[in-house]
Amino acid sequence: MIMAKMTIAEAYKQAIRNEMLKDDTVFCIGEDEDIPGGMGGSFTVTKGLGEEFGANVAIEGEDGKLHLKGCDDVGYNRVFNTPISEIVTAGLCVGAAMHGMKPVADVHYGDFLFCMMDQLVNQAAKMCYMSNGQVHVPMVMRAPVGATSRGAQHAQSLESFFCHVPGLKVICPSTPYDAKGMMTEAIRDPDPVMVFEHKLLYSGKTMANAVGEVPEEDYTVPFGKAAIRREGKDLTIVANMLMWYRAMEAAEELEKEGISVEVIDPRSLVPFDYETILASICKTHKLMIVHEDHYTGGWGATLGSYVAENAIMDLDAPIVRLAALDTPIPFSPKLENYVVPSTAGILEAARKLAKM
Amino acid sequence: MSNFPSNEKALGMYRKMYTIRKYEECLYYLFLEGMMPGSLHQSTGEEACAVGMLYDLRTEDWMATTHRPAGHDIAKGVDIKAMMCEMFGSEEGCCGGHGGAMHTGDIRVGAMPANAIVGGDLPIAAGVALSNKMKHNDNVVVCFLGDGATNEGSYHETMNVVGLWKLPVIFACENNLYGANTSVLLSYYAENPAADRAECYGIPSEVVDGNDVLAVNEAATRAIARARAGEGATILELKTYRHGGHSRNDACGYRPDAEEDFWINQHDPVKSFRKVILEHGVISETELEAIEAEIEKEIDEAAEYAKTAKQPDYDSATKNIFWEGK
Repeated sequence: MIMAKMTIAEAYKQAIRNEMLKDDTVFCIGEDEDIPGGMGGSFTVTKGLGEEFGANVAIEGEDGKLHLKGCDDVGYNRVFNTPISEIVTAGLCVGAAMHGMKPVADVHYGDFLFCMMDQLVNQAAKMCYMSNGQVHVPMVMRAPVGATSRGAQHAQSLESFFCHVPGLKVICPSTPYDAKGMMTEAIRDPDPVMVFEHKLLYSGKTMANAVGEVPEEDYTVPFGKAAIRREGKDLTIVANMLMWYRAMEAAEELEKEGISVEVIDPRSLVPFDYETILASICKTHKLMIVHEDHYTGGWGATLGSYVAENAIMDLDAPIVRLAALDTPIPFSPKLENYVVPSTAGILEAARKLAKM
Repeated sequence: MSNFPSNEKALGMYRKMYTIRKYEECLYYLFLEGMMPGSLHQSTGEEACAVGMLYDLRTEDWMATTHRPAGHDIAKGVDIKAMMCEMFGSEEGCCGGHGGAMHTGDIRVGAMPANAIVGGDLPIAAGVALSNKMKHNDNVVVCFLGDGATNEGSYHETMNVVGLWKLPVIFACENNLYGANTSVLLSYYAENPAADRAECYGIPSEVVDGNDVLAVNEAATRAIARARAGEGATILELKTYRHGGHSRNDACGYRPDAEEDFWINQHDPVKSFRKVILEHGVISETELEAIEAEIEKEIDEAAEYAKTAKQPDYDSATKNIFWEGK
């Protein structure tokens, strides 16, 4: 198997590009998808795709002025640079998907999903059900999440909102291998898939171990199958995205203290792999859940209640939950680090739980 | 009239209009009798908009509609019996009992599941049009909306992109003067909320007598031809009127008597067109009465059938949350 080392952003791009090469119905749409001289979305994922597949753009000519390209008949494009209009961006996806296309859309920051909530929640999620399967909506909506010192409107982790909506699939890949495999799966999936991508994991700059080997060949990572990132016997930590990286750091420390921690990354929140977690609890008898999404109503609350309903007799201690405090995310880096679970916080709570 | 259609088409349009009228009347009585669950947003009085817009479409030309979809669905060719069964929540309904009055449709005839979020169908219709454009066919989309939808953000985001990208959609705004209970006078500063604002999006528009099926059909013909030729969208503002209230429990206490008299008694689209086709000698009155009786019988039979049509099994509740394949 030929492998290549790449970042998560590169892995997403490779998955989208491969699917675009294979399937004419796949297209990209969003603000700044691929503007010449621009960023390629906020985090480079779609950069170059417009140039390769055709996009509506304005390019500087020899006269020093901007000239339009790909705007006379947009039907020949595969990448669509939209105005800042979240409702119509999402609605274009819903309609095109109902008509047999496979749109892959994104927003600069996940927080902007709220501007398109009707299209996601009332439309995309419900079309198949309301019509009793006459139509379905194979669209992908990508959303960067996580706190990065940008204040409360560019910082939220939104996965749990969407887990509450029947009809949406919700995934949060966080390794290059999963990024490529799950994005490929998402594009091929017949239903709307919300893809949450952590901003601090895209480039490997913040988390060096977020860069990894990815097979060049075609593969998918199925939804609803958690990944055991680290095996252990004393304590289970279930954490997603940036939080499982922090849980791993804590686990390494705890190992030195003689505490063996199992770290599980659910990867896919809808559908959710409860079995892997119940099996782990049977072994460790202790459960901690960590997410960057807020405490109240977070996906960890649902997992906690599921375990209480189905496996409470296997537990030797109360379930421990760490999550972002129920505050808007503050700008001040000092406060932000206080609000979002840290490696030190996980370490301390895990130490306490291990002793119970 | 200069462009009076063939006798066959004129009669065909009248058949559809009369079917819509009688279907809605039948539902009205079933509701009064307490036979039917849920609420109801009736299109009585707006038959000319539905039929004029949709009569010439092909099956592949999709239609998007609103919480008041029955007329549009019938005009696009959705089966009456399947619609009636849906009203009773039966599994034999066009949406298997998952949809109800506000979501009826049948994609096999190009009637998209109706959309009960005001303005919700607009960007979706644009998405279907984008898909047609990427497939390089000449199919069009007709998207209905009410006057109320013109003040939604979705309207303006959609029109901006549709105008910019020249997407093949025809927006048919049924301006029935009220968004639920609220007069358009309280919602927009001038007379034509859809047509007045079209120019700034680079979209041609027309204001049309929405109770004159021939006028609607002529405007639709022009708009459809433009869209098929790759010239982009058109906004048609169809002036019309609901005979009944916004929904089941609305007695319309906010509408002036003189206004109701003008629209309902003097400007009824079905009665007016009936007069026109008889005057043009399309058909004799006796023959027309026979056709009307036949339509009434079809609707009565559909209603009788639907009353005892099979109710869904409980396991249907969890079907098609995600697509289960064809």
